[in-house]
Amino acid sequence: MEMKVVKRTFALAAQITGFAAALACGTAQAQQINVKIGALTDMSSLYADLAGPGTVEAVRLAVEDFQKANPNSNVKVEIVSADHQNKADIGTNIANQWIDREGVDVIVDTPNSGVALAVNEIIRTKNKVFINSGAASSDLTGAKCSPNTVHWTYDTWMLANGTGKAIVKNGGDTWFFLTADYAFGHALERDTAAVVEANGGKLVGKVRHPINTSDFSSFLLQAQSSKAKIIGLANAGGDTINSIKQAAEFGIVAGGQSLAGLLVFASDVNALGLQSAQGLILTNTFYWDANDQTRAWTKRWQQARPGKIPTMVQAGVYAGTLHYLKAVAALKSKDDGKAVVAEMKKLPTDDVLFGKGTIRVDGRKIHPAYLYEVKKPAESKGPGDIYTLRATIPAEEAFRPLKDGGCPLANG
Amino acid sequence: MITIFGIPSAALFGQLLIGLINGSFYALLSLGLAVIFGMLNIINFAHGAQYMLGAVAAFLMLNFLGVNYWGALILAPLIVGAIGIVIERTFLQWLYKLDHLYGLLLTFGLALIIEGTARNYLGSAGLPYALPEALRGGQNLGFMFLPNYRAWVILVSLVICFGTWYAIERTRLGAYLRAATENPTLVRAFGINVPVMITLTYGFGVALAAFAGVMAAPIYNVSPQMGAELIIVVFAVVVIGGMGSILGAILTGFGLGVVEGLTKVFFPEASNTVIFVVMAIVLLVRPAGLFGRGT
Repeated sequence: MEMKVVKRTFALAAQITGFAAALACGTAQAQQINVKIGALTDMSSLYADLAGPGTVEAVRLAVEDFQKANPNSNVKVEIVSADHQNKADIGTNIANQWIDREGVDVIVDTPNSGVALAVNEIIRTKNKVFINSGAASSDLTGAKCSPNTVHWTYDTWMLANGTGKAIVKNGGDTWFFLTADYAFGHALERDTAAVVEANGGKLVGKVRHPINTSDFSSFLLQAQSSKAKIIGLANAGGDTINSIKQAAEFGIVAGGQSLAGLLVFASDVNALGLQSAQGLILTNTFYWDANDQTRAWTKRWQQARPGKIPTMVQAGVYAGTLHYLKAVAALKSKDDGKAVVAEMKKLPTDDVLFGKGTIRVDGRKIHPAYLYEVKKPAESKGPGDIYTLRATIPAEEAFRPLKDGGCPLANG
Repeated sequence: MITIFGIPSAALFGQLLIGLINGSFYALLSLGLAVIFGMLNIINFAHGAQYMLGAVAAFLMLNFLGVNYWGALILAPLIVGAIGIVIERTFLQWLYKLDHLYGLLLTFGLALIIEGTARNYLGSAGLPYALPEALRGGQNLGFMFLPNYRAWVILVSLVICFGTWYAIERTRLGAYLRAATENPTLVRAFGINVPVMITLTYGFGVALAAFAGVMAAPIYNVSPQMGAELIIVVFAVVVIGGMGSILGAILTGFGLGVVEGLTKVFFPEASNTVIFVVMAIVLLVRPAGLFGRGT
């Protein structure tokens, strides 16, 4: 009987020692930070080529480059990805599940402004980090701005300002809008109309079409009879492609009206072919063929995406992820999303795709924008050679001034 | 200028014509669906994917084999139709005796596989396909600019639609086919090879979808999801027309094109839902569809 008690005590002591040892180990290991990145994007529909699998590859490259630059870093990274199917309810379900059950710390990309604005609120409530590259709505850093969100690549204000201003200055002073009927289209139309009017242009009409429309002839006919000099395409992806393709067919350009692609990605130009897209003016913040560094990065990216050319969205995902990892390493913690984003704003940004830049207090990443013209088939030296640089818009002019956004964070 | 509901009448004529042109795509596609459902009792959910295959085949033939639009207009339906025949022989023939649901699920699964495979190899943004040289440019009709290609679309689809209707409703072959659907055993007793006839009918329906795909390639974005976007609307057209009614599918296709076209003028935001509103109303008033025979 006594023996038994002694035995038991020994066992208990051994357990306690073991537990203490485990605790000690735990303290030593607490310094390792396991970061889980969730790429929430469109994998199967109209934005899958401008984001999608290419986004996941961009995240992978960012992690690879971070680990190469910081071989002794204690930040370990895991990547997950999911398809939000351009539906806000699906996007929010995934975001909730990722954060609540799978321990995701940061959500990246998320094209489609409707989904992005929904995810923005979830991230704010749960104090995680949202690095948006794919969505365009300038509300993400305006009225809906959040201390947990960084909006990296572009937004509707920047597109409107870049393309809109350049065209009005060149005499395109009457506008008709062909607008996708959801958050993004409305924001792009509103921002462009403001730029057009501020520069002395006039809005003569608009029509709002449902997303994923295949036939635009009805709308183009309305645009044609409006006699506007410029038809502004406030839509994206397949909708833009169909509009441009059918505008050529209906003789819109031949009839003296011009098209302004307010959001055209490199992948769209590829899908149109230079024959249909030539002469189109557009604003981007990244072009794969800009310099040696972007070309080298593109080569690496293309190992996983042969035959594709990376878009600015994918470039932004890469740069944003890299900067996030730098901030986590500097802060030595990932737990407080707000603190990580504050650290991201504190550190100057520097990467091979966007160069040096900063993140403003409202979450807006600041870098230059470029006005490109799509090359004529005869000028192109081969696949992917699609843009001629027409103008560079310096970083300080490219994005909406802080005071105009209506972001509460800007007021201190 | 005369105006109707605040829209200049000239613009309205233009929109009516545009509606008819879009309707001709609906008609071509719903015709194939109606033929397949009417003759095989299969709800062919893969129709959109087969339409997409037609357009993609045209793109691949142009870029890798140098076959132009006109060649593709003949070859793509033949190739995709042949694929359809393989699908019918390997899968569908076992389902005729079962509930409609099995055919629907099988073809829906096939559509997902076909579209997923296409997306994997071709991406989702789309593939460039230029207008054929001979059909570029257009005519100024006074009230609108009519691209030559659109005139061609409406002409061809009228010929194909009414040709098919005539072949099924007014010829001896069509009579055999309809008889085989009603009572296959009896028709077999007359020495007619019913299974071959059914297989060829499915092949023909699929070929019609591919044909519409080639017709669409120069004006719509050629992408793996192009069919998925259209198929739901086309199903609504078939339901409104009356499942399996050939004439119903054709007339409703054109009619709904016009309805949709007018919606794009008066209330553009609703243009992709108006067809479903019409469908709901028709189902309430005439559950068998406008041209369907009540059972």
